[in-house]
Amino acid sequence: MKRVWKEKLVEWSLRWTASISILIVICIFVFILKEAAPFAKHPGLSELFGFRWVPVSAQKESFGIIPLVTGSVLVTVLAMLLTIPFGVGAAVYISELSNSLERELLKPFIELLAGIPSVVIGFFGLVVLVPLVKSCFGLATGLTAFSGAILLALMAIPTVTSISEDALRSVPRSYKEASLALGASRMRTIWRVTVPAALPGIMAAVMLGTGRVIGETMAVMMVTGNAAIITFWPFDSVRTMTATIAAEMGEVAFGSDHYGALFCVGIILLLATFGLNIAAQKVLRKYRMS
Amino acid sequence: MEMNKRTAQSDIVLVVTICLLIAMLGTAVRAAEKKLLTIKGSDTMVHLVSSWAEAFMKSSPNAEVAVTGGGSGTGIAALINGTTEICASSRDMKEKEKQQAKEKGVEVKEVVVARDGIAVVVNPKNPIKEIDMQQLAQIFTGATARWNQLGGDEEEILVFSRESSSGTYVFFQEHVLKNKDYTPKAKLMPATSAIIESVSSDRGAIGYVGLGYALAAGDKVKILAVKADANSLAVMPSDQTVINGSYPVARPLYLYVGNKASQNAAAFVDFCLSDAGQAIVRESGYVSVKK
Repeated sequence: MKRVWKEKLVEWSLRWTASISILIVICIFVFILKEAAPFAKHPGLSELFGFRWVPVSAQKESFGIIPLVTGSVLVTVLAMLLTIPFGVGAAVYISELSNSLERELLKPFIELLAGIPSVVIGFFGLVVLVPLVKSCFGLATGLTAFSGAILLALMAIPTVTSISEDALRSVPRSYKEASLALGASRMRTIWRVTVPAALPGIMAAVMLGTGRVIGETMAVMMVTGNAAIITFWPFDSVRTMTATIAAEMGEVAFGSDHYGALFCVGIILLLATFGLNIAAQKVLRKYRMS
Repeated sequence: MEMNKRTAQSDIVLVVTICLLIAMLGTAVRAAEKKLLTIKGSDTMVHLVSSWAEAFMKSSPNAEVAVTGGGSGTGIAALINGTTEICASSRDMKEKEKQQAKEKGVEVKEVVVARDGIAVVVNPKNPIKEIDMQQLAQIFTGATARWNQLGGDEEEILVFSRESSSGTYVFFQEHVLKNKDYTPKAKLMPATSAIIESVSSDRGAIGYVGLGYALAAGDKVKILAVKADANSLAVMPSDQTVINGSYPVARPLYLYVGNKASQNAAAFVDFCLSDAGQAIVRESGYVSVKK
């Protein structure tokens, strides 16, 4: 009897530890919505769709988040353009072509890259990468969206590589054997059979990588120049949503319009990463079933 | 023999443990005796306030001072919310903020503890040597976009500013831009050092930093002489020109103390205004409030 109770208790507390993260996510959503709500009343959500982000002004404050959204989108797209070939390429090599010694060497180093704190990567970017980008492309300044994208790619590649590699490895052996038996070369087998079979997993990897890139703050803030302009040119400065929150939240007066606007930016950011994560999970699940 | 050795060893371990415990207890008691004084605010002033804090802790050993930056706005917000006793600020408190403080029952005392010149810095390769206030305003609002419009090189002007949480940002906006908005193309840098770094590497760059930082940067940047208007003399920022008011981009630096602050806080402010405190002001590259 006693033992049964004990087991019940353990099970119950384990259930709590498992579900607490759900609770925390809900709390975060509620809190952020609550802080952003006054902004919807005054000055109103339409203010958010403006083209100027001028939160501190003696003339007229404007909280148009379009430059911030385009900034985040530009940096993210550029970063993913760099990440996908490197990340997926590395995964293909590690899972299909490398011998075991190479794999033992490559995997820990790629994982190590994931462990470098973003502020360290940002500092590296400011001191090494920014002058390099400036001189390579003959720019007036290296503080550009492109520099930010390179740093973000560095951070996303490990995520994309390790998840893609898992996907490639779980392609059934019989697929490859069948292809090889039909006389296809090794390369042909990889590109025509293994990679297409693992494609849903690779897509999920890319989505999770994108989520990481959108949410990254410190490194981006240090190298993108933080000018809130609307641009799709990689060698302009941009101001991302994350950098805006990080730079301005410290100073803002509680309950002011600016404060509410920053929470609105937070909601958009949260929805973006949330959407990407859910999409990635869905793709992964579908892939496991097939 | 074996046995003895073992007991001797465990004796040593015991003695060491007891010593450690006593030491820990001692520090704990000492820490409890010391009253922690928190000072928060301006990034520009962090270096100065830390130097004061060090000297102050030496002169009154049972005071412990913790200094953090974050920007003047951050410090003022912390003072209003009662999370800091003293706020260091490089701009004066706005009426709105004083009102907020009053609503929370905090009466705030304002003390000018030093003066600071804001240096306008450009890349050392830039041929421009002086600039007037109106030209500065045009550059930072984006009306002037190229250096050749000011008689300089055929080069685009890259505007560097601090983030909007900085007291220097607000001061520069009020006094130089005459309350107009910065150009959206201005690159907002998270720290003064990042401005110095960028201005020293980019030919077309212009930025503003505290005089102390500009002097410390040495040859990395060129400090411009500033004219109050097109017809007046160009003045280089220095102690003298900041005190006598001939350098136009200068400001007072404040400490704000709440009425509920401890005795230590009052003693700290007195210390800052003392001769020893003002000597530290000069050493840190700022200008003393006493002549």
